[in-house]
Amino acid sequence: MTHWTPDPTFYPSPREAVTAPAEKLAYVAAFDRAASRPDAIVVLDTDPDSPDYGRVVGWTDLPHLGDELHHFGWNACSSALCPTAPHPHVERRYLIVPGLRSSRIHVIDTQPDPRQPQVVKVIGPEELAKRAGYSRPHTVHCGPDGIYLSALGGADGAEGPGGVAILDHTTFEVRGAWEADRGPQFLAYDVWWHLTQDVLVTSEWGTPSMIEDGIIGELLLGRRYGHAIHFWDLAKRRHVQRVDLGDQYQMPLELRPAHDPTKSYGFVGVVISVEDLSASIWLWHRDSDAWAVTKVIDIPAEPADPADLPDLLKPFGAVPPLVTDIDLSVDDRFLYVSCWGTGELRQYDVSDPMHPVQTGSVHLGGIVRRTAHPAAPDEALAGGPQMVEVSRDGRRVYVSNSLYGAWDDQFYPDGVGAWLAKLDVDVDAGGLIPDERFFPHGDEFRGLRVHQTRLQGGDASSDSYCFP
Amino acid sequence: MTVTTWATLAALGAFHGLNPAMGWLFAVARGLQERSRAVLLRSLLPIAAGHLASVGIVAALVTATRSVTASTTLAVVGGVLLVAFGLWRLLSQRHFRWAGMRLSAAQLAGWSFLMSSAHGAGLMLLPVLVAEPVPGGHPGHLTAAPVGALPGLAAAGVHTVAMLGTALVIAMLVYEVLGVGVLRRAWFNVDRLWAGVLVAAGLVTLIQA
Repeated sequence: MTHWTPDPTFYPSPREAVTAPAEKLAYVAAFDRAASRPDAIVVLDTDPDSPDYGRVVGWTDLPHLGDELHHFGWNACSSALCPTAPHPHVERRYLIVPGLRSSRIHVIDTQPDPRQPQVVKVIGPEELAKRAGYSRPHTVHCGPDGIYLSALGGADGAEGPGGVAILDHTTFEVRGAWEADRGPQFLAYDVWWHLTQDVLVTSEWGTPSMIEDGIIGELLLGRRYGHAIHFWDLAKRRHVQRVDLGDQYQMPLELRPAHDPTKSYGFVGVVISVEDLSASIWLWHRDSDAWAVTKVIDIPAEPADPADLPDLLKPFGAVPPLVTDIDLSVDDRFLYVSCWGTGELRQYDVSDPMHPVQTGSVHLGGIVRRTAHPAAPDEALAGGPQMVEVSRDGRRVYVSNSLYGAWDDQFYPDGVGAWLAKLDVDVDAGGLIPDERFFPHGDEFRGLRVHQTRLQGGDASSDSYCFP
Repeated sequence: MTVTTWATLAALGAFHGLNPAMGWLFAVARGLQERSRAVLLRSLLPIAAGHLASVGIVAALVTATRSVTASTTLAVVGGVLLVAFGLWRLLSQRHFRWAGMRLSAAQLAGWSFLMSSAHGAGLMLLPVLVAEPVPGGHPGHLTAAPVGALPGLAAAGVHTVAMLGTALVIAMLVYEVLGVGVLRRAWFNVDRLWAGVLVAAGLVTLIQA
């Protein structure tokens, strides 16, 4: 369906996207760890004037079992206004929802009733394998010329290489693998870009066997998980440069390029250093003709009594911060950093990206701390702030508490639970506090764990802009 | 060619210049990216050149063929082609794909050529060109062909000047005054209107035939 004027949720520039109205609904990927019930897309009411504010108001079961929903994204976003191949009259309407474990890709229609999304198409793992040669689909980005989908594994049981598949904008068919020349790249995880500079960036986690049964201590200490990021020519689809962070920096995961298309930098979070269990944030930036990385934030591990630690961590006597997600506000001013191990969400002012200044911190959960939410001060929380999503105006931050089924079980062996919190941001002075009216948790999620949140109309990690 | 013919060619040029997909938006994006009005202005020339090439080929072919056949065949074939192409544009879901943003002037001209051709910009001039009386001389005489192409090229030239002028005015207006925010409100679905004009042009051609 095409329209006469552009979808009102498309903005040509990040400057204008900041003025977008507040989201009324949020979509959350929820999964059943036991794979005995269907995973679901859960709809939350985020309108503070609504009687159902902070509650589950919609629930869409998926047709199969064992998908392990994880990340997902929109079919179209502000990149539709990009001038090279403009198609501004498509709708931001469908959620593209991969099953990370099943390799099925679901297309979910949020119309006509945004509170009751409908599954309209399921792409089987065999189609992704046959057409693109990939499995374990992960990150979804709405590109100007198609939907970009990163995938961790190869096809037909192959461990790799992982890479990026392209889906057709309108039919959602898998068109093929994106790469024309992948160079030395083998491991995959996240993908994003500097759209107007013809630059694509990818990061590294591990192959399916390295992650699906939990983190493998020997591989971690053997420095075998990913520790590099890759730069590509987006137009020619060719590998340009591999930048190694150093093999002690295991698992550079989430990529957050500046939203301002004239800027050439971005942030990547590293889960853990095997030397001291610290986590770190790195800035990628240009260094004359090449790309370079600089470590700009270091978050140390916290000493702990081994008795309070899960088996995996007992030998170390410390809690690693485990930075597993980061998110950059649309105005590129604040970077949010999830420390899933220590149970903390940090806010940094990154106006000067080389020199971040911490401006806020909220504790929730944590392997040792188990900090309660102010709305339920007697309930010790498991898990920690994990997936973090920022509203387009930068005033609201949503965090959910599950990392990845098998890994949840290792770090929170007595159960990770399920909760989602909203934090209100002071956009002038910095700082953030939990909203006591918004804390869906426990039975509200019907026994499922909650992972990524997407906001109606777009959010800080969904859209890219071609105009400054 | 009559004054009306020239005016129609110019009006169609203005219509093409108005379409963000034909290049002015790309020029604005390049200007904003480099924070330079000069980059914007420099971008428009190769874009116009690409458009001229696309439209010129069709126009030259039409007028040259017409000078040798002088029959209604061309009008009928062209008209049917135009209606079919317009309907395809109207109904198909495909869109032109070009991945890169950082193009040289030559690449930019190539982008514009492909964009204009894929949108059938030249075809839209068909009814105007076909309606022209056959140039003097001896119909059916093959040597007339190169000469016959000249009116077509002149038509494409006038058309492109109008296209460039319109694109220039809009691009500067958006760049200097309105800002790209105007796209959210003012970017009406030119593609649909465009397809409608193609179909109408085809029908006019057929009726004239």
